[in-house]
Amino acid sequence: MSEAFTTSTARNIFYGGTMFFVLIFLGLTWHTERSIPQRDARAMLSDPMVVAGKKLWETNNCIGCHTLLGEGAYFAPELGNVVARLGSKEAVKAFIQSRPVAGIPGRRSMPQFNFTDQQLGEIAAFLEYVGQINTAKWPPNIQG
Amino acid sequence: MQYKSQAVAKPYFIAAIALFVAQILFGLIMGLQYVWGDFLFPHIPFNVARMVHTNALIIWLLMGFMGAAYYLIPEESETELHSPKLAIALFWIFLAAAGLTVVGYLTVPYATLAKMTGNDLLPTMGREFLEQPLITKIGIVVVALAFLYNITMTVLKGRKTAINTVMLIGLWGLALLFLFAFYNPDNVVRDKFYWWWVVHLWVEGVWELILGAILAFVLIKVTGVDREVIEKWLYVIITLTLITGILGTGHHYYWIGTPEYWQPIGSIFSALEPIPFFAMTLFAFNMVNRRRREHPNKAATLWALGTGVMAFLGAGVWGFMHTLAPVNYYTHGSQITAAHGHMAFYGAYVMAVITMISYAWPQLHGRAANSNKSQVLEMWSFWLMTVAMVFITLFLTAAGILQVWLQRVSDNPLPFMVAQDQIALFYWMRE
Repeated sequence: MSEAFTTSTARNIFYGGTMFFVLIFLGLTWHTERSIPQRDARAMLSDPMVVAGKKLWETNNCIGCHTLLGEGAYFAPELGNVVARLGSKEAVKAFIQSRPVAGIPGRRSMPQFNFTDQQLGEIAAFLEYVGQINTAKWPPNIQG
Repeated sequence: MQYKSQAVAKPYFIAAIALFVAQILFGLIMGLQYVWGDFLFPHIPFNVARMVHTNALIIWLLMGFMGAAYYLIPEESETELHSPKLAIALFWIFLAAAGLTVVGYLTVPYATLAKMTGNDLLPTMGREFLEQPLITKIGIVVVALAFLYNITMTVLKGRKTAINTVMLIGLWGLALLFLFAFYNPDNVVRDKFYWWWVVHLWVEGVWELILGAILAFVLIKVTGVDREVIEKWLYVIITLTLITGILGTGHHYYWIGTPEYWQPIGSIFSALEPIPFFAMTLFAFNMVNRRRREHPNKAATLWALGTGVMAFLGAGVWGFMHTLAPVNYYTHGSQITAAHGHMAFYGAYVMAVITMISYAWPQLHGRAANSNKSQVLEMWSFWLMTVAMVFITLFLTAAGILQVWLQRVSDNPLPFMVAQDQIALFYWMRE
């Protein structure tokens, strides 16, 4: 690189450029926070079942196998749209409840978590809430 | 080794390699579970193996970064480390915390672990890569702060160079961004939005500063090119990194409920993210071509060149492949993502840490380089590992293309597991 372009010029561009883009990023973050109430189905968070369901989702590490809105592990199906895919919250509950303790021979198997009816309801409520988020039409089809 | 206190890097490098081996082992288990579904079930279900695999990666890279910092900061600052005792104490604390966390993952159900470790006080667990119990997370913060105190004091009392400044900015950024791991709103959209501030702004932001500093340090040593030239390159590379990478975060904000203007912003800026990696490759080859000395450690030079190339391929090319919103609409959360993740982490961070270890290890034992015989062995391992990673990536890419086609593009989209069965051949080849 040429003599006129010195290390301290490069350093100044680094600090200036970084600050500039950090500020733009923070501005966009502020704007995102202002616009997501129209998209994020937050009204459903007033239901304590949904909030409890999120905690169950986390403390059983569901994301360790599944994706949620495409993020997570790729071992098991997407669950952002699972209520729509299986048809109802009841179907989701029945699926989770019916997992065999020892797994299905030779197949990828979901653990039996021994959830109570209340907990199953909470998880299903949480997944129903995620299904209401406006995801810009992702996934492309019901299979996730 | 010019300063006695650089020796504290040794245990960090040993632990890093040991955890790397553990990471690979659990990766093999998971790879097998992809095709032999109930392998080790229900004792080590996939999600547990995955936690160990990814968390071991994060912890060993952090170990490697800390070891690299303890080695290069005194040499760059031309002074002994502020407190070698603190560095050794932190090593044992960090290792014990990591060990206990893994034992926790493997011996008790995750929900029980959450209860035992105070997740009810402040729920932070169960989010990808941030699965660590609250006390482990607090431990990471404490260790990081004490570590930063130690190296910052060292830099403050010694010479300030571009390399140790960039290293410090990278490490401080790493620690500060980790604080978002403690923020877990109930709102899934906001949860995901700020989760990326840890994950993306680490690997496509501040970690690249650490990577750049490590590479620049080793290149100065092995090529003897003027510091002035190398430091100028370093600033140019990290400038490109951050002006593309910060708004490049937008490529994670396409489909999670965030406004749709993130689609053009994320597409444009993340499409530019390969540029700094390309610059890194040019940088490494240029410096080696213009070398003013023949350093006897040929293996370290090979690792440094390899880092540039593989980071560009894995992070740059494989990232670009699925980063544009219209493409990502189909590839989001598929095996394409997995393919990219593997080669990017290997090329950028695994190889950077190994470059540092390869250069520093003989020095820490009082010699410029290892014997010819052990260097040949090391170069064999370089080629074996790198070629293996290329094939893993290619097979996962093939699996991903088929998955996307069968499940998302074709006229009769197949359910997830049906599509998975169809592509099992590629999972076998990957294993």
